[in-house]
Amino acid sequence: MRFLLTEEQAAFGRSLEAMLTAADTPSAVRAWAAGNAVPGNALWERLAGAGVFALAVPETYGGMGPLPVELAVACVAVGRHAVPGPVVETVAAAALLAGLAGQGEDGPAKRLLPALSSGGARATLTLPDGGPYALDADTATYLLTVRGDELRLAPGYGALHASADPARRLYRPEAGGELLASGPAVVTAAGYAADWAAFATAAQALGTGLALLDRTVAYVKQRTQFGTAVGGFQAVKHRLADTLIGLEFARPLLFGAALSMTTADVAAAKLTAGEAAYAAARTALQLHGAVGYTEELDLSLWLRKARPLRDAWGTPSHCRSRVLAGPVRDASPGGWRGALGRG
Amino acid sequence: MDLLHTFEEDAFRDEARAWLAEHVPARPLPSLETREGFAAHRAWEARLHADRWSVVSWPREYGGRGVDIFKWLVFEEEYFAAGAPGRVSQNGINLLAPTLFDHATAEQRARVLPPMASGEVIWAQAWSEPESGSDLASLRSRAVRTDGGWLLSGQKTWSSRAAFADRAFGIFRTDPKAPKPHQGLTYLMFDLRADGVTIRPIGRLDGKPAFAEIFLDEVFVPDEDVVGEPGQGWRIAMSTTGNERGLTLRSPGRFLAAAQRLVQLWRTSGDPADTALRDRVADAVVGARAYQLFTYANASRFAAGSVIGAEASLNKVFWSDYDIALHETALDLLGADGELAQGEWAEGHVFSLAGPIYAGTNEIQRDIIAERLLGLPKGRR
Repeated sequence: MRFLLTEEQAAFGRSLEAMLTAADTPSAVRAWAAGNAVPGNALWERLAGAGVFALAVPETYGGMGPLPVELAVACVAVGRHAVPGPVVETVAAAALLAGLAGQGEDGPAKRLLPALSSGGARATLTLPDGGPYALDADTATYLLTVRGDELRLAPGYGALHASADPARRLYRPEAGGELLASGPAVVTAAGYAADWAAFATAAQALGTGLALLDRTVAYVKQRTQFGTAVGGFQAVKHRLADTLIGLEFARPLLFGAALSMTTADVAAAKLTAGEAAYAAARTALQLHGAVGYTEELDLSLWLRKARPLRDAWGTPSHCRSRVLAGPVRDASPGGWRGALGRG
Repeated sequence: MDLLHTFEEDAFRDEARAWLAEHVPARPLPSLETREGFAAHRAWEARLHADRWSVVSWPREYGGRGVDIFKWLVFEEEYFAAGAPGRVSQNGINLLAPTLFDHATAEQRARVLPPMASGEVIWAQAWSEPESGSDLASLRSRAVRTDGGWLLSGQKTWSSRAAFADRAFGIFRTDPKAPKPHQGLTYLMFDLRADGVTIRPIGRLDGKPAFAEIFLDEVFVPDEDVVGEPGQGWRIAMSTTGNERGLTLRSPGRFLAAAQRLVQLWRTSGDPADTALRDRVADAVVGARAYQLFTYANASRFAAGSVIGAEASLNKVFWSDYDIALHETALDLLGADGELAQGEWAEGHVFSLAGPIYAGTNEIQRDIIAERLLGLPKGRR
């Protein structure tokens, strides 16, 4: 029993943090929202160079994974820095293809996974459990859709559906396209993929909440009213204390889910991280006051992301149903042994 | 990073589960906050102790099994899952004993710990005073030097279990001229039946009489009952509160078992169409799991040699708010029967209401979180 990151895992997180801190992600997010993917693509290449997209891909297909703990560390960093693009969706697509391969249908995995793992390609997808929109289909190499028991490469995606977060570019995949696989294995693999999408989104939400808290703490230390820093007022302090409590109790659920990858544990993490990040956004806006209600402050990049992340890949209500369908205790505390192909 | 129990931990779990299945009373004991219940719970402590289950994490020489924090957590999970009685010795075990392990002499440990482990001596805490609650350092009860010891005078209040307990521990002002309020305090243990001690029980919100005021009129305490150096009482009292608040004050096992009972209640009597209530049941399950995993993370840090400091305040606010939400959900599921005073959930609900008040109010905990974890400026309380 050692429910703490190993030194290697912590160092991986620190190196991603340092890299993303140096990369001016707010500019890349703003460009991405405006339809200019160039700075975002550069960011994506750096993440790929750090091995982030290999974490969800089994070694057989050129990856290093699946490594859910490391993936959580990476997606928390992605959320902290508001990295744009279909990171979660590429992870979920990898899980989908690996899940299929695990059931003997390895053609699509052989064809698509090596490029996803290296970062040479990115994917987005829709699943029966996940809403109609494919995130950032305009910049994805592969647009995968699962309908019923069929997995296809969609032929196109139509017009942009603007999200409340302009950096989340939503499209509806067109029907039809090349059939990659069909049958019960697709349904099972889509279930795995939905769990991985929810899991990676939970991590991204936690990172988003942590960024909102950090920025707000820094702001209330320097902003003065009535001749004193507003961070000294008890009403302000207590709201930020509650924000920290919310985030710090989401963290162990996230890493607990990484160790089991059961649907119920993932749902608990997604529910808690999503709600904590959204609460952090409410607090961040309130404590920044009017300047927080502006687009020009970079805080807006995280403020607008928190609510969509809370609802993407499993609304709170959906997550609660999954929790109640699972065990209350005696859930195998660390029982995951690689349903998707590891050891 | 892993959550895997070792083979030894699993074996320990099996042993605890088997013992509890055989020995836990079939019917709940009367409330430990009554005279009758106090006696029944004292007997249960003796039963636990006879097979070394009362203080599993203590060294064997004092009646424990010398197990680490992870096995303690395993034991607690099994204890609450088995529906075993509340622990009447918990003030001594959770609050005084860690202080003794850190600061007492070998003689004191040998004298005080074994009868605490067996339930022969049950301890009450005597921290608060009428004018000193959250601002504990302002306390005024004093200890004055005399031949071979100290004379205690003053008043302590809100003392859990003092109405029926044997002895108490607290801090007293020994140097009224010290420049700051938290200096010149001394940590003392005293006999609740000594000359000069008057106990006045105070009925709690739930009507139970075990809460009390303690009036002290030149009560003699020998030097051997001073813990640590005179004048160092504040530091000694505070040095163990972090780990205790953070790890052992409220066991995750208790909330896991309660959440499981809540889900059973929902499955048998919940209205499937009431999704608002369903959501709160799910939140109770998630909260128990979050608390369990948060505690495992802290235990891992503790086992790796870290001290749990201000982080313990996160824990305290979480479990106390969680406890209330859990019980409110159960009462809503019970509907009209929720108010029946003898019900397990109704009793638990009234008890949960005290959570945000004791062990340092949640307002004080949030100040600690904001100032020490987030680095916000100190302000007027």
